[in-house]
Amino acid sequence: MTCFAPADLNELRDAIGEALAAEEPLELIAGGTKRGLGRPLQLPRTLDLSHLRGIRDYQPSELVLTAGAATPLAEIEAALAENRQMLAFEPPDWGRLHGLAASEAGRRTLGGAIACNLSGPRRIRAGAARDHFLGFRGVSGRGEIFKSGGKVVKNVTGYDLSKLMAGSFGTLAALEEVTIRVLPRPEHVATLLLRRPTSAMQTMTQALNSPHEVSAAAYLPAGSALSGFTEAVALRLEGPEPSVAFRRERLLAELTTGCEPVVVEGEESTAFWRAIGDAEPFAGLPDQVVWRVSLAPSRGAEFAAAITHHLDAVWYLDWGGGLVWVAVPSAEDGGAAVIRAALRGPDGRGTGHAALIRGPVALRRSIPVFEPQSPALAALAARVKAAFDPRRILNPGRLGEDG
Amino acid sequence: MKMPAPDAAVLQRRSEIIEALRRIVPGEAVIASEAERRAYESDGLTAYHQLPMVVVLPSRVEEVAAVLRYCSELGVKVVPRGAGTSLSGGALPLADGVLLGMARFNRILDIDYDNRCVTAQPGVTNLALTQAVERAGFYYAPDPSSQIACTIGGNVAENSGGVHCLKYGLTTNNILGVEMVLIDGEMVRLGGKHFDADGYDLLGVVTGSEGLLGIVTEVTVRILPKPSAARALLIGFATAEDAGECVAAIIAAGIIPGGMEMMDRPAIHAAEAFVKAGYPLDVEALLIVELDGAPAEIDDLIGRVDALARAHRATTIRTSRDDAERLAFWSGRKAAFPAVGRISPDYFCMDGTIPRARLAEVLTRMRGLSDRYGLGVANVFHAGDGNLHPLILYDANQPGEIERAEEFGADILRLCVEVGGVLTGEHGVGVEKRDLMGVMFNDSDLAHQQRLKCAFDPGGLLNPGKVFPQLHRCAELGRLHVHAARLPFPDLPRF
Repeated sequence: MTCFAPADLNELRDAIGEALAAEEPLELIAGGTKRGLGRPLQLPRTLDLSHLRGIRDYQPSELVLTAGAATPLAEIEAALAENRQMLAFEPPDWGRLHGLAASEAGRRTLGGAIACNLSGPRRIRAGAARDHFLGFRGVSGRGEIFKSGGKVVKNVTGYDLSKLMAGSFGTLAALEEVTIRVLPRPEHVATLLLRRPTSAMQTMTQALNSPHEVSAAAYLPAGSALSGFTEAVALRLEGPEPSVAFRRERLLAELTTGCEPVVVEGEESTAFWRAIGDAEPFAGLPDQVVWRVSLAPSRGAEFAAAITHHLDAVWYLDWGGGLVWVAVPSAEDGGAAVIRAALRGPDGRGTGHAALIRGPVALRRSIPVFEPQSPALAALAARVKAAFDPRRILNPGRLGEDG
Repeated sequence: MKMPAPDAAVLQRRSEIIEALRRIVPGEAVIASEAERRAYESDGLTAYHQLPMVVVLPSRVEEVAAVLRYCSELGVKVVPRGAGTSLSGGALPLADGVLLGMARFNRILDIDYDNRCVTAQPGVTNLALTQAVERAGFYYAPDPSSQIACTIGGNVAENSGGVHCLKYGLTTNNILGVEMVLIDGEMVRLGGKHFDADGYDLLGVVTGSEGLLGIVTEVTVRILPKPSAARALLIGFATAEDAGECVAAIIAAGIIPGGMEMMDRPAIHAAEAFVKAGYPLDVEALLIVELDGAPAEIDDLIGRVDALARAHRATTIRTSRDDAERLAFWSGRKAAFPAVGRISPDYFCMDGTIPRARLAEVLTRMRGLSDRYGLGVANVFHAGDGNLHPLILYDANQPGEIERAEEFGADILRLCVEVGGVLTGEHGVGVEKRDLMGVMFNDSDLAHQQRLKCAFDPGGLLNPGKVFPQLHRCAELGRLHVHAARLPFPDLPRF
């Protein structure tokens, strides 16, 4: 196996150009922490992007940061913390979920989070990784350097190719430099824990429909082990301290949950939401496969109920019900058919997608890891892939047989 | 400004094309007479006009699909149009093109409070979306100043912004899904009521694609609960530098206002003369800072912004005591464009974005350009996100003035790019900034964008002549020069 490790943009172009000439596809890696995600690859060459790193420009008052794509997230987050700022999309760390040691998981990069469009609990309020991705420079599967977007927060010049790169899992281009929007870190955070609510869905909907700016809403049913937090709806409030205090009182007065609230603050609150985003409740179930299902928020609980009829499933809800984390036994198709049928719902019109986030290599080869698309959409996606990577040399097959 | 040369063969078949379109979309929906076509010859960029070959106003998605399939088979160009409020000429017709007006798609299809979203046809106006849900305490966040007229379909095409987008994002951050018809008549659904794309984020590239990728026939937008309250500060400064530094200090202090707008002296005077908003006339820069959210938060932040304004040598500070006063602060800013229209026979509204730190420098150099071209300029500025709207004043009846105004505008946009900014923050490229794309992007950048276009519209029939300075055939763009397998890069580190 050959491994290239370009040191700069020109070497990156040369490496891709050479793979193109040799017709030998490349597996793109940087920190290598996301190899367990997506369809497994077995490619003759590896393109190690990890040298393309370092913060290149960061102006806190412009809310913009430019960095080498493979800059470790830890480095980015440390620089932001010094200026009381943050990545508002809360990139999760699925290292433990995938059985990586902490030292390995610490190699997560900014480019990796963007390329996989990974976002945490604040997604419902602040948007996904793609919403904070302003521009990039990189090399397409044609072996050509190109850039898109800009280094300012507001820009509509040309097609928004940043959106296309986010979530493309390195199948269209290798990113060399990325520019992201950063935001102030909230001064104060409080989590309201409502135990055994009469209806978890109703509580979350009521909270999210209130003007009290709930920045995260999760529900852990009985049995979804996260010590101290079971059978509870958790709601997060962030902002200046007087604001959080005011909204907390209002929200509690307005919610008709029929239960005594517990307020969690400080490190305990931070750790809780990190655990929700990182799928911590499933890290201790290494034999189960893990699905992440995005659907209309109001359908979260009904979807979970539907699959537990057929599967021995453990689950919890994030995104106010719009994200269902499911752990099921890996036997047969790992629950794929049941989960995807429940996603469409009884009338077949439900929208959303289910992705297998953790599973044995053999399973990830034998079933579609990502939601299968309609023929028209799949054909369009294949044409988009061909536009950027006509010879299929960048991570071919990572998104699916044709992706 | 040159548009693609009309195709004589298509023009020759005009009556046949009109007949065919009448079979697809019956009744009054096909407009052929010159007098009636006149209404469509221009959009919000009135400096340019062109009669379309024919106008079609379908009202069903099947009709849109059939019109596109027909045009695609015959090789006829199609220009989509919403309300025609584009400030960049995005809906400028083509002499040999079908103008596809989406105004009849004007129904709200579904209001879903449990999922905080509304599904509407593309011809519904931006404001109508908010009006449909405001009694329940919700609103649709992006609010371009044309919101009373502009349509949600047009907003998707242009990725429209507004004064609140620093905090709440542009259109792209506020939509969940679209139904779209491709040029060959194929219908696709992107997204739905859920978050994030499965596979490539095509919704993300369709948003802001200026009508070049497909015709949106249905849009699902996110709605947000209305903030409990809002208050605004009106702050005057003796110099633009002080105002710019104050904006930077507010953001560096961790405050993201709901809106933060700046006006320069000419804009302040024009607005005050027009609406009597009570603006101070002895300042060089005026800042409106609106804070929204919980009353306790607003009170806290008003105090902090007030202190920062004083620290940055503000000469006047007023804080709104009630909603009427807050709206009065905004009235001048919201009327700035028509106010400038009163003091000048014509104006161009420019739309660059710059890193905020460069504001004072850009304004100074813009004044220099204004002297050189002998044309006035008034500035309104979305200060929070660095989006400048210089209004160039000219008189189209004076020979040569429109050309000078265009040159002046181009120089301003070049300046924006030079200091690290971009050509357009929210109005789109259209025809207006098309020929400046090369200032920001090189040939490879543009070719990669155009290949995306080829994936959607291989014949280049949708809205040609917009966005890209040069049209290339997809076959030519797709050609790949690969050398025979060898090791052409012996110096590459490998292990």
